[in-house]
Amino acid sequence: MAGSDSSQQGSDRPELVAAPDEAAMETAFQARIDAETRIEPRDWMPDKYRKFMIRQISQHAHSEYVGMLPEGNWITRAPTLRRKAALLAKIQDEAGHAAYLYSAAETLGTTRDQTLEDLHSGKAKYSSIFNYPVLTWADIGTIGWLVDGAAIVNQVALCRTSYGPYARAMVRICKEESFHQRQGFEIITTLAHGAPEQKEMAQDALNRWWWPALMMFGPHDADSPNSEIAFKWKVKRQSNDQLRQRFVDMTVPQAEFLGLKVPDPDLTWNAETGHYDFGPIDWDEFWRVVKGDGLCNRDRLAARRTAHEDGAWVRDAAMAHAAKKRAAKQDAA
Amino acid sequence: MTASATDHDAALFRYLLRLGDTSHVLCHRLGEWCGHGPIMEEDIALTNVALDLIGQARLFYQYAGEVEGKGRSEDELAFLRPERDFNNLLLVEQPNGDYAHTMARQFLFDAWNLLLFRGLAQSKDARIAEIAAKAVKEITYHRRHSSSWVIRMGDGTEVSRTRIVAAFEQLMGFTPEFFHMDDIDRQMAEAGIGPDLAALRDPWMADVEAVLAEATLDWPSATWSVMGGRHEGRHTEHLGHLLAEMQSTQRQYPGLNW
Repeated sequence: MAGSDSSQQGSDRPELVAAPDEAAMETAFQARIDAETRIEPRDWMPDKYRKFMIRQISQHAHSEYVGMLPEGNWITRAPTLRRKAALLAKIQDEAGHAAYLYSAAETLGTTRDQTLEDLHSGKAKYSSIFNYPVLTWADIGTIGWLVDGAAIVNQVALCRTSYGPYARAMVRICKEESFHQRQGFEIITTLAHGAPEQKEMAQDALNRWWWPALMMFGPHDADSPNSEIAFKWKVKRQSNDQLRQRFVDMTVPQAEFLGLKVPDPDLTWNAETGHYDFGPIDWDEFWRVVKGDGLCNRDRLAARRTAHEDGAWVRDAAMAHAAKKRAAKQDAA
Repeated sequence: MTASATDHDAALFRYLLRLGDTSHVLCHRLGEWCGHGPIMEEDIALTNVALDLIGQARLFYQYAGEVEGKGRSEDELAFLRPERDFNNLLLVEQPNGDYAHTMARQFLFDAWNLLLFRGLAQSKDARIAEIAAKAVKEITYHRRHSSSWVIRMGDGTEVSRTRIVAAFEQLMGFTPEFFHMDDIDRQMAEAGIGPDLAALRDPWMADVEAVLAEATLDWPSATWSVMGGRHEGRHTEHLGHLLAEMQSTQRQYPGLNW
């Protein structure tokens, strides 16, 4: 479990193991971080760092897992066989990411069962973007384009995060996410260049998803209480606002190429800064949705809980059968 | 074109639709599980199977469209035919039920499908032989996956055993359709394009019996049997709802590119 630091000490790090007290160990730990040395599971780490990483990685895992639901909502209605196959493959990748991230969290001493329990009890969060409903096929394209696009901007930054297993997971996940993003952009391109009702569908999706996508980067730096420690530990290397700006700068020209209008009257190119200026984000909405007032919060959590509860007898059967097999093997031996 | 060639093509077209429809409808059912599986690894496994099935369906539909020669695309065949024109097996349109139900359906089908595709891999039609040769490897995995769950559930807990027994009782009556041949099936078998379906019954029963034995289960006692989907497009009531959902986007927006 998190906090049992003594059992986590690595014998290959004598300079840390031999540290005389907690304060000295923390100093050595920070020196490793400052020297850009990755922290690995067997390394000593402060309890706060361990808890911080468990929280971040498991939230990320939950987001992948819960994120299967909104898109899964369209597998049975995908407009063509090719799109249906691509969507199935994409959601399968997301399940793979979740499995990979739950494993990364386990390297910190938690278990998947515990982590899932925290999701089901509402203690742990997942990305609030998945509390928005996926209403049309254009939403599927827009999720790939904007939501995966925003996730990539966040995750590329995390490829250099200080915790080794998380950083390596991000490298692998980013490769697949960028494929998803291109796929989503291709769906939207087809719609934006298609019939009037398809273009309308694409614009409607952009109108609904633009602001929630900007919110994915989290509160403004001044209102982000965890940022300071995240920077110190090099979990994060760029601020929420820096990443959000990068996303806006990247995405606005794409919308222009598509002939779609970003739903922000204040959006203007600022030649002086070399960035787009954009209007105020409605943080009241952000917090309302995080705290439960999104259209799908209850459905998402209920779907995850139901799948887990309905699956209990299946998991029990698998374990019971494996135990019988083991017993039979021992009897034979 | 001679009359017999036309007749052959018409039969081949229908034969290919039967293959495509069966794969696609089962893919659709498995897609319904996505994100709702009992464990993450099963979400991954079921999407794998669904992806293989949709890949097979596309190849059969594409070929069917060419054989028909009316310029119909894979999507027109999949999304714009009415229920009565669908020729999937009744078994694969049955609702998912619980995980025992889904695995029993999958295993009964996989065991048959593996034999069918081994036969199709020997087809004198090079295109079918090529599709089937690749698919045999995929279906071998599907069968291994579904049979392993049948064994775990049968020889797992009392609850899992009760559920898997109930599932087989509810599904076994759909399996005689696997082996029932009409004129088209006979014509394809005589031309060396597809296997003799009736001859698949014994090896299928042997395989199912062996897996049931390992699962410590008896052969289901159900004696009822129904058929009609694959030959006549006479389905259970479930297919209409499935197609209403599956075809909804294409039906709402006719003739557009997606």
